[in-house]
Amino acid sequence: MAVSNGASELKAGPNTQAAAGAKLSALFAGTMGPLIGLMLLCLALSLTTDTFLTVRNILNVLDQVTVLGIMAIGMTLVILIGGIDLSVGSVLALAAMVMGFVAHPDHLDLGMPAGIVTALVVAGLCGLVSGLLVTVTKLPPFIATLAMMSVARGLANMITDGSQIIGFPDWFTSLSIIRHFGFLSVTVGLMIVLAIIFATFLNYRATGRSLYAIGGSAEVARLSGIPVKSLTNWVYAICGVLAGLAGIVLAARLDSVQPSSGFGYELDTIAAVVIGGASLSGGVGSIGGTAIGVLIIGVLRNGLNLLGVSPFIQQVVIGVVIALAVATDTWRRRAQ
Amino acid sequence: MSLDPSHTHTPHLGLFVSGLCKSYGPVQVLADASFEVRPGEVVALLGENGAGKSTVSNIIAGSTKSDAGSITWRGKPYSPASPAAAIDAGVGMIHQELKLLPDLSVAENVYVGRLLMRGGRIDRAAMNSRASAQLKRLGLDVSPERKVRTLRIAAQQQVEIAKALTLNAELLIFDEPTAALGSEETELLFKQIRKLKAEGMSFIYISHRLDEVAAIADRVVVMRDGRIVARHERADVPVRAIVEQMVGRSVERMFPPLSEPGSETLLEVENLSSPERSFQNVSFSVRTGEILGIAGLIGAGRTELVRAIAGADPISSGSVRVAGKPVHLNGPAAAIKAGVVLVPEDRKAQGVVLDQTIGENLAIGNFDHVAPNGWVFPKAVQKFAEAGIGRLGVKGRPNQAISKLSGGNQQKVIIAKWISRPPKVFILDEPTRGIDVGARAAIYDVIADLARSGMAVVVVSSDLEEVLGLSHRVLVLSRGRQRGILDRSEASNVAVMELATS
Repeated sequence: MAVSNGASELKAGPNTQAAAGAKLSALFAGTMGPLIGLMLLCLALSLTTDTFLTVRNILNVLDQVTVLGIMAIGMTLVILIGGIDLSVGSVLALAAMVMGFVAHPDHLDLGMPAGIVTALVVAGLCGLVSGLLVTVTKLPPFIATLAMMSVARGLANMITDGSQIIGFPDWFTSLSIIRHFGFLSVTVGLMIVLAIIFATFLNYRATGRSLYAIGGSAEVARLSGIPVKSLTNWVYAICGVLAGLAGIVLAARLDSVQPSSGFGYELDTIAAVVIGGASLSGGVGSIGGTAIGVLIIGVLRNGLNLLGVSPFIQQVVIGVVIALAVATDTWRRRAQ
Repeated sequence: MSLDPSHTHTPHLGLFVSGLCKSYGPVQVLADASFEVRPGEVVALLGENGAGKSTVSNIIAGSTKSDAGSITWRGKPYSPASPAAAIDAGVGMIHQELKLLPDLSVAENVYVGRLLMRGGRIDRAAMNSRASAQLKRLGLDVSPERKVRTLRIAAQQQVEIAKALTLNAELLIFDEPTAALGSEETELLFKQIRKLKAEGMSFIYISHRLDEVAAIADRVVVMRDGRIVARHERADVPVRAIVEQMVGRSVERMFPPLSEPGSETLLEVENLSSPERSFQNVSFSVRTGEILGIAGLIGAGRTELVRAIAGADPISSGSVRVAGKPVHLNGPAAAIKAGVVLVPEDRKAQGVVLDQTIGENLAIGNFDHVAPNGWVFPKAVQKFAEAGIGRLGVKGRPNQAISKLSGGNQQKVIIAKWISRPPKVFILDEPTRGIDVGARAAIYDVIADLARSGMAVVVVSSDLEEVLGLSHRVLVLSRGRQRGILDRSEASNVAVMELATS
């Protein structure tokens, strides 16, 4: 492969073409397969339904994937460094409950801003504890975050003894309802802005590039002077904050918070990241790929609903898609 | 001493190895190896790392297949297809890395794969009593129900031997059995070997320690570069003679001429010890432009020592100064900042991120240079990578996957990664391991250039020729202790090996 590339470059003026080629391949590195899958999926749904390819429906899909999308950004960072975070669903619920408890008039009544900030701090602390369990206690990430998953869920239930908190100010719920400029709700906008920020961070910041090195080989990164432990702590903390933010977005969408929310979301999130081309062994993945993975899951759910497919069959289909996506990725790598 | 075993062929029921050959790709690791092991005798197999000792013993123990040649064992043709087949034929091997299941009991380990059954259930009583009997035969009083993890290394080794005995082994191959043993434990092992020998068992004994060989072996076979170069009918051959046979090849490689070192001392190491005692009280200094070689056998503590100096592993006591300033050794980052960089021993696991490109690998650890304000732009990485690639003559482009490069070029990338800082102390651990002989000269040139540009260079190598050819001075370690520092003029194969096996 390398040989034929080299030959064609020699003929056609080496540097400019090689650089352009490199840029293009860098942009789609590892996401070409998922992107094609997403486009085929959209094409198929456009042909089989009248309603899929409408502005209204596309906006619906975006609304539906905000919670998943925001969580998947954090999960991408964790998976990139070779970790995993099973606690995001529980942390989402805990953050939402903390926000409700602090803000709601029936409880502390300290106002929404205080509620939101407290929720994000608590979620970040959950992530940080997971990180410390991994870096200091040397627990495998799977175990550390499995423990946090249980602890956070329990705490979420303890706040109101398991009951939900209903009713938030109108301005808060309208964050996810009112479409500014005719199409963009604040929550969808938030997801897009976060995706852009983190994509830029991972691609162009020294710290972001260091995460790829840690995932590729933690020992190489350590011997190269990268502070592996502190970056690992930060990554889990950020993943926690983003899970908390997703909880707040979910609260705005539902106008209520309940301790059982977000159950099983960690698996959807991991699925989206993996469908997007990330490797569970670390070092490979991107926000762009994750965005495609999130959209594939969102579009698939939406499309199957439009087609009237039962939710039980939907679960089967999504399982098959996860297996197919990762299998094609593995085959492609082996072919290389 | 005879080079042709056919002359010494007296029929017996031992092991005859004749004309074994083995190649991996173009590399021939074993060429026409022939020797014999008679019943009730210990044959020592000696040679440097890579001489072919492990290959020949792996073939006899059934874990490797030979390309050509034949073996006769107990009067019958013998070509084991697997270690299990070898064991069935009465041939066992005790590896340097013990192959035990640490969380199972002693008895379970002895009988693993063929647990004693009675009425469809595991017969623990029988297993325990029989394992216990074998352990007593070795003079070892250990409960068969104890978990192997809780035993000392020496006792674990005894469990391996007991396992071989219950398999009715008639020939045991020991690969560096004493590498992890103390002197008393070694004595116990020798006692057992002598006892089993008297019962008619045969042994192939691989070791680096020539003093031990003289104590335990009946005969000695010396290997070099995949060939058997000498056979001695007695073990009390002068150490000097064996060492010369082990290392005695003419130097074919081209080492670059070394420049005169400067007078300023750059690296000072004082009384450095590791918490695991893998090295103790090591003191040396390296001047600008000087190359210090560190020689020693596997397990002598060379890698542990240089990793500690580079901040990769903790130390228990001692100090390191660079250009007069003490270095706080609390991690690689601090050492790098102080100007100490390490090219690690295991290139693929510690040196390069195989998933990434050459450019990305060069940028790791240099983001402060590539991205002064934290922004890493592909153009900056490209420019930085091209400079490093050009300076060391790496055959590759910045955006090429590093996994596609040869070992030699990967090693150059790792060296190039550090060169631009520039460091004050450059440490290279096994710089040519796994690199073709033809590509080594280029690495040697690079190392000599590092010294010429004024750095203090430390080179660790298992390849004696390499240490001698590259170093102004050679520090020799043995079992974690510093045995001496030889000047280039007095450092010879024999002198180093004598210190390294002391």
